[in-house]
Amino acid sequence: MAESDASTVAFVERMPRNPLVLNNHSMAWISDRISGIVENRAPLWWWVTISITGSFAAFGTFCILYLLFTGVGVWGNNIPVGWAWGITNFVFWIGIGHAGTLISAILHLCRQKWRTSINRSAEAMTLFAVMCAGIFPAIHVGRIWMIWFVAPVPNPNWIWPNFRSPLMWDVFAVSTYFTVSVLFWYLGLVPDLATLRDRAKGKVSQIVYATLALGWRGGNRQWRHYEMAYLVLAGISTPLVLSVHSTVSFDFATSVLPGWHTTIFPPYFVAGAIYGGFAMVLTLLLPARSLYKLQDVITWDHIDVMCKLLLLTGSIVGYAYCMEFFVAFYGANPFERFAFLNRYFGPYWCFSWTMFFCNVIAPQLMWVRAFRRNWAIVYFCAMCANAGMWFERFVIFVISLHRDFLPSAWRMYYPTWVDIFTFVGTLGIFFTLFLLFIRFLPMVAMSEVKSVLPEADPHYHPPVPAGEEPAKEARA
Amino acid sequence: MSAAMDTKPVFGVIAEFPSARALYQAAEKVRDQGYTFWDVHSPFPIHGMSKAMGLGHSTLGYIIFWGGFLGFTTAVLLEYIPSSFLFPLIVHGKPVNFFTVPPFFPIMFELTILFSAFTAFFGVFVMNRLPRLHHPLFDFEPFKRVTNDAFFLAIEAADPKFSETATREFLEEIGGQGVTLLHEND
Repeated sequence: MAESDASTVAFVERMPRNPLVLNNHSMAWISDRISGIVENRAPLWWWVTISITGSFAAFGTFCILYLLFTGVGVWGNNIPVGWAWGITNFVFWIGIGHAGTLISAILHLCRQKWRTSINRSAEAMTLFAVMCAGIFPAIHVGRIWMIWFVAPVPNPNWIWPNFRSPLMWDVFAVSTYFTVSVLFWYLGLVPDLATLRDRAKGKVSQIVYATLALGWRGGNRQWRHYEMAYLVLAGISTPLVLSVHSTVSFDFATSVLPGWHTTIFPPYFVAGAIYGGFAMVLTLLLPARSLYKLQDVITWDHIDVMCKLLLLTGSIVGYAYCMEFFVAFYGANPFERFAFLNRYFGPYWCFSWTMFFCNVIAPQLMWVRAFRRNWAIVYFCAMCANAGMWFERFVIFVISLHRDFLPSAWRMYYPTWVDIFTFVGTLGIFFTLFLLFIRFLPMVAMSEVKSVLPEADPHYHPPVPAGEEPAKEARA
Repeated sequence: MSAAMDTKPVFGVIAEFPSARALYQAAEKVRDQGYTFWDVHSPFPIHGMSKAMGLGHSTLGYIIFWGGFLGFTTAVLLEYIPSSFLFPLIVHGKPVNFFTVPPFFPIMFELTILFSAFTAFFGVFVMNRLPRLHHPLFDFEPFKRVTNDAFFLAIEAADPKFSETATREFLEEIGGQGVTLLHEND
């Protein structure tokens, strides 16, 4: 026992772990720096950015209203392309929403302590992405007042919904995912809201933060239940996050359309979702850490790890693309073969090759350590992933639909300006919500970052000044 | 304010400790003295503190299990009662019976998760007696730093071993700083 202890110590001394917070900052520094973002006046760039994103959001809202008042004919959808940008955007946003819960749930169970610096903003991003996703299925129904037909209640003819339909599963999966993400996010926020409550100077902010913090006192009798709830939420969110995109993929995989009817869809969609989600986390946090001077909290080590996850999931997606192509060839189904040849060499070939470049080739840059620590290359790869994942959904949905079994039914799909600006509008809504989030709530989980500092360990020994004899104490 | 406060019953005694390590060691001593109505307050959960306080595992997990079970049962009833009795739908030529369970499974899974999550979220606040915005600890000005970088240990007057003088002395003895007597606030 003593021997193994000694070898562990020797190993730790030889290969020390990089600190998660650089420059030995104190707990007070963490509170000041992160609460300061909320307490200080908003910087000029924040006003400029939110006015731009807010304008996009407003125009997107106008497009949605125009659609609702006019009808789905204002979109470019046709027969056979009955599902086009709406479903593409829905799956794109749902996919982005996967990184947050992955970081907070799966990485928590894997005891990845680096997650503490990024989990709060990633979870917030998840919520906003799922909100944007929810817009599309709601508005695509045409007669919006009939949207309650998706609820598990009988319609006026006493006909119940079909619970065996993947679309019904989707309603349950996405709404459960959103609800659980909100609960998980808010539970994590409570101790930090208490920090803001205790620091608040103004009357209004005192009342608001005190109400939201629910009287949190940081007692261990509270932390005990809190940590159990957090652990269980992480445990149940892990299968949930994997199931949501699987369920989304069932919408397609359970149909008989060539290009959709494949069993590889669930894992392939989940890997793509994590890939796109981490790319969006990088897109948001790379600028945020510089603008708010959080480089000591969100360090290059954090970015490095996220880049490795981009590489991993991008490569899984690349494997899935190749395997789909191989199975189409090997399966000897002429319709499948045609669907995949048409995907890469048909009229929409540039979409497919852009997708392949962005999702498979670009992340391979992340093999090189120097590239993972160069913000321009990281940002380029993250942007490729953002675009690539949108193209992937377009490729899967529109290209598979536009040429199916009967050549007489083939038709091209072109988006209208309403299609385009509704999507741009959801980008505006997403970034506006994120900017409001970093303005009013702590964007880094302060209590969690404090808990990974070395002095948070109850057996921590303060470093001994040089020349003094270290205190002898039994190891616990 | 203080004159009015002094007439109110005593809530307990609070002491500050300089670090998580000091708080941990103090908690072990308070536990060994046999106190029961007391708590340590820290900006983050301290690993192993429940053991140092002599507390077991949180029982919240068992409650969440029953929440999940309720969710599963809800989904089974929600799906089977309409699909087999109220409006039997034959889809893909498949009737509703035991052998067609798989397509019903995703909703059972989702509702199990949903109800467990609600139980976990509300359970943590119910078990912690929250929300409570007017706790006597909040009247103690230095306690504002507990959410920043301060560590406190409070022993309540409700404790059978509590004594206004002896408990104060005990907390000072084990390294507590700024030991203060607190009063109830309502």
